[in-house]
This record gives sequence, structure tokens and C-alpha cells, in this order.
Amino acid sequence: MAILILRRLGLMILTMIAVSLLLFLLLEINVENVAVKVLGPYTSEEQRQIWLEANGYMRPLYVRYFDWLTNFAMGDFGESVRFKVPVSEVLWPRLANTAILALAVFVLLIPISLTLGILAGMKEGSPTDRTISVGSIITTSIPEFASTVLFSAIFVFWLGWLPGTSGMTDGFSIAELILPVMVLVVYSVGYVARMTRASMADVMTTHYIRTAVLKGIPYKQVILKHALRNALIAPFTVIVLQVNWLLSGVIVVEFFFAYKGFGALLLEASLNQDIYLIEACAMVAVAVVVMAQTIADIGYTFLNPRIRFS
Amino acid sequence: MSDTTVTPEVAASATPKAPSGSMRFFKSLLLIRESWVGMIGALIVLFWVVVALFAPWLAPFDPLATLQPFAAPGTEFAGNDIAPPGVFYLGTDHLGRDVLSRIIFGSRTVLFYAPIATVTAYTVGIFMGLAAGYIGGWWDEILSMITNIILSFPVLVLYILIITLIGPSGINIIIAITFATGPTVMRIVRGLVLDLKNRDYVAAAQTRGEGSWRIMLVEILPNARGPLIVDACLRLGYVIITIGVLGFLGLGLPPPQPDWGGMINETRSMAMAFPHMTIYPCIAISSLILGFNLLADGLREVSLRD
Repeated sequence: MAILILRRLGLMILTMIAVSLLLFLLLEINVENVAVKVLGPYTSEEQRQIWLEANGYMRPLYVRYFDWLTNFAMGDFGESVRFKVPVSEVLWPRLANTAILALAVFVLLIPISLTLGILAGMKEGSPTDRTISVGSIITTSIPEFASTVLFSAIFVFWLGWLPGTSGMTDGFSIAELILPVMVLVVYSVGYVARMTRASMADVMTTHYIRTAVLKGIPYKQVILKHALRNALIAPFTVIVLQVNWLLSGVIVVEFFFAYKGFGALLLEASLNQDIYLIEACAMVAVAVVVMAQTIADIGYTFLNPRIRFS
Repeated sequence: MSDTTVTPEVAASATPKAPSGSMRFFKSLLLIRESWVGMIGALIVLFWVVVALFAPWLAPFDPLATLQPFAAPGTEFAGNDIAPPGVFYLGTDHLGRDVLSRIIFGSRTVLFYAPIATVTAYTVGIFMGLAAGYIGGWWDEILSMITNIILSFPVLVLYILIITLIGPSGINIIIAITFATGPTVMRIVRGLVLDLKNRDYVAAAQTRGEGSWRIMLVEILPNARGPLIVDACLRLGYVIITIGVLGFLGLGLPPPQPDWGGMINETRSMAMAFPHMTIYPCIAISSLILGFNLLADGLREVSLRD
């Protein structure tokens, strides 16, 4: 078990290094390009050369990469071209805002999707199962950018219940958080519920459940004590890996509702060719996903007694 | 590879059918009739395909003509020197273009780029997966590593990075989708190949002295088609979402072209006052994705039945 965790952590670090190399090569292999992006298109050739010389861009590629990597590991991401401040000053507050959003999403997503999935998987083919399954296909078919528009049309335009933007200009407000969270939850809930349903339906066909039912144990107890424990192992992985999709959804939702989060920052950096900010944002995004993958893997081995005790 | 023993679990897994002609393949696709969910999906997809094919005859107006800005749905148009009289059934957008006509022509954009991007992603993914699964060894190590690195990016982050690096255009969207989706396909194909390569008919082909690529493409690939077709349907849905999202974020196709994601992006700031401009494209794209998802669900249901 300990070896497994260590190996998984090692793999995680290796992946991060490979990703950092890829990002560095993609964005900084052409130094001329870097100078244009940092200094702007209306600079003279000499200005760029002086800047490149002063910032150590004339050194060989591998020296620059290791320099960049050590700075990165120390938390020095360079200076944002757009915001004119160190990248870390913009990045961390934005990331905290997105963490709040993500936390709210998970707090709602986990109980709702698990309940729906278990209800549907308890009796495969029942009317409840059919309704939940078809319903979840429909909600996963409405992309986030469409549901942002639909929800704001309903709740902001027709009903007038909620604010249409989530800029949080007058301090933190829960009302402004509702729509973004709702969009993300509705999109993800169908997928997680379907996975839970599949896992639950699998467990319900096993012999030990049949035995438990035939022994005369009340149905409620069979579900709660026998079925759930095994049925919830697979959804755990699905929920943790949902972080990947959530990060994509967050970009759309934050962009639409003008929420000052990480996703909007990444998009803004990309649209403005803010090279150091792009690097930092992409690395953070990848780090979150790779960490989620690691947690999912380790958690799965921990939860699954067949692997844990072997 | 001379080991021809088949483990029970491999023998019991799905897709054990013998290689068959293309006629039988199309007949097996018709099994979708047995699943009402799949039928609804097929009908929705068929509807949009017909709309895309006959767009010039179905659209009441030219999708690029600026006629009467901000007209509500159902407004009658008196006609002028650009266009004959008619009715704006779904209203017009801020530039006075007929929303219905733009949605009808927009279906062409989506149904042109999405299948092409999916096919290229599948081609790349299938070759990577076959090589990794069948040849194995270093090929497997390297291809799996590339896949792992690409898959550790959040999908949309990868799309945004690629599009900002190479610029937004039709061909670049296809490249970005191939780059980001190919690895997922590779993983699926690799898994299927690992399962199939120990079958008797593969051993027989090896004994006959067939080349590796022939075995991969003629013996293994046709037998892996079941799960791949189901996945391709789902994948098409995702690709449509991707094209929509890129349009929505302003990284999609250049503006004048009618593109559903782009239509939503152009009019979303006015969605509160003139919801018809934005909501109808949303419904169009959602219905098409729903069609592919239902179709995939139906195909899966049918393929698990026998």
C-alpha cells in the first residue's frame, strides 16, 4: 500500500515535469515571440534585443528551462503583462474564488447525484430508473454555455429572482453564487448519477444481495448495509475525476457571469497573450487535475478491500 | 504470441462475433429500431441532417442579409430590394439577420466540422491505440506517456491553449479537437486491442504469416467496432459541445459565418432584453447533442442485448 502511494506520487511529479516541459517549449521556444508578447507589437527590434539580453533569454534553451522551473517551484511565476503585477498576486485570490465555487458545487452535487443514482440503480428498468436515466441524458445534453443563457433568461429575466452577474462588486453575496453553481451542478449531476446507477445496478445483481434478500432481511437494510458499501466505490472515483470537467465548466460560467475566478483569469490571459500568466494558470490547472487523478487512484485502492489487502 | 489459449473471461466479454461483410454490419445498425430511446435520437439527428442538406430551400431569408434589427419573433417583413416579404418566425438579431435562417445554415457548420473532427481524432486515436496495444513494448510506453500528459490537462484549457497558439479558424478547430480527443480514443482502442489480440483468429492470421498492420486493420479493428461506434456517437456530442464552447468564448469560427456557439456569444449581452436571439440557438445545439446522446444510449442498449 505504501509503495503504491509512493509510486503514484512519483508518477504525479513526473507528469507535472513533462507537462511543464511541454508548456515551456510551446510558449517560449521562440524568444522573438516572447519579446513581442511581453513588450507589445509596436516595439523596435533593438528594444526587443535589449530586453531579451537583460532577461537572460540569450542563454541556451535547457538553462532557461531549468531556471524557469526552479523559479516556478519557488512560486515566482514572473510578471503579468496585462495586470502589471507579479502573477502570483493575481493568481491566488482568483483561485480562492474558484475554490469557493467548486466547494459549493461539490456540496450539492455529491448528495443529489448519489441519491438519484442509487434510486435508479436499486431496481433496474423500473419507472423511477427510466425517468432518472432519461432525465440525466437530457441534462448532460445541455452544454454549460446554453444552460447559463437559459437559466439567466428564466431566473433573471422572467422571474427576476436572481442577479444576472456574479462580479461580487459589493462584497461576497450568496445570491450571486446561486446561478453559477446551479449551472455547474445541473450539467454534472446527470453523468455522476448515471455512473452511480450503473455501479448500483451491478451490485444489485450479485449473489450476496440475493442471499440477503432471501434470508428475509428487510429491503431497506439490504440496500443500506449490504449494497451501498460496494456500490459507492466506483462513484467516488467518478466524483473526484469530475474536477477535470468542472475546471472546464468553470471557465464558461465565470466568463458568462463575470465571476472573478481562476477560469475567467485563464481565458483572459489567453485572449491577451499574457504569456507568464498563461503558463502559471495552465500549470495550476494541470496540477489540480493530476492531484485529483492521484487522489482518485489512491482512494480507490484504499476503498477497495480486494486491492487493499492483497 | 503463439499462445492460443483463451481465458474464460476474455471469451465471455462483448464483441466475440466473427468478421463479417459490410452488409451485415449495416443490418446490425438497423437493430436500433428495437430501442425507442435510440429511435428518438436517430430521428433528431436525421432531422438536423435533412435541415443541413436542404438549408437553402428551407431558410426563409439569406442568413447574412441585414434586414430589420431587433424584430420580435413572428414579425412580418414587408420586403425590400434585398429580400422578398416574409415572416421572421424566430425574430431577428441585433444586426437584423433572420434568426431562423441563421440556425438553419448554422446546422451546416456544426454538421460539417463535428464529423470531420471526430473522424480525424478517431483515425489518429485508432492508429495510436493499435500500435500501443498490438505492438506493445516501447511503442506502448511512449504512446501511453504522451496520452497521459495530454489527458492531464483540463479539456477546455487544452483547447484554449491550442487555439490561442495557432489562431481560430475552421481547420485549426479540427486540429485542436484531434489533438485533445485522439488520446481518449487511443485509450479505448488500446484496451480493446489488448483484449482481442489473444483470440484464435488473430493467432490463425499470425500463423498464416500476415503482416502486423494487416492483422491490426483487418482482423482486430473490425471486431472492436461495437464499443467504438457507441463511443463515436457520444464523442460527436462532445465535439459539438466543444465547437459551441469555442464559439461562445469567441475562439470559434470567424464572425459572419452562421455558427450556433458564435450566435450565442454575439447576442448574449442582449439576452436579457431580447432572449429570442440567444435562446433559439441554445435549443438547437442542445437538441442536436441530445440526439447523439440518445442514439449512443440506444446503440449501447441494443449491443448489450445479444
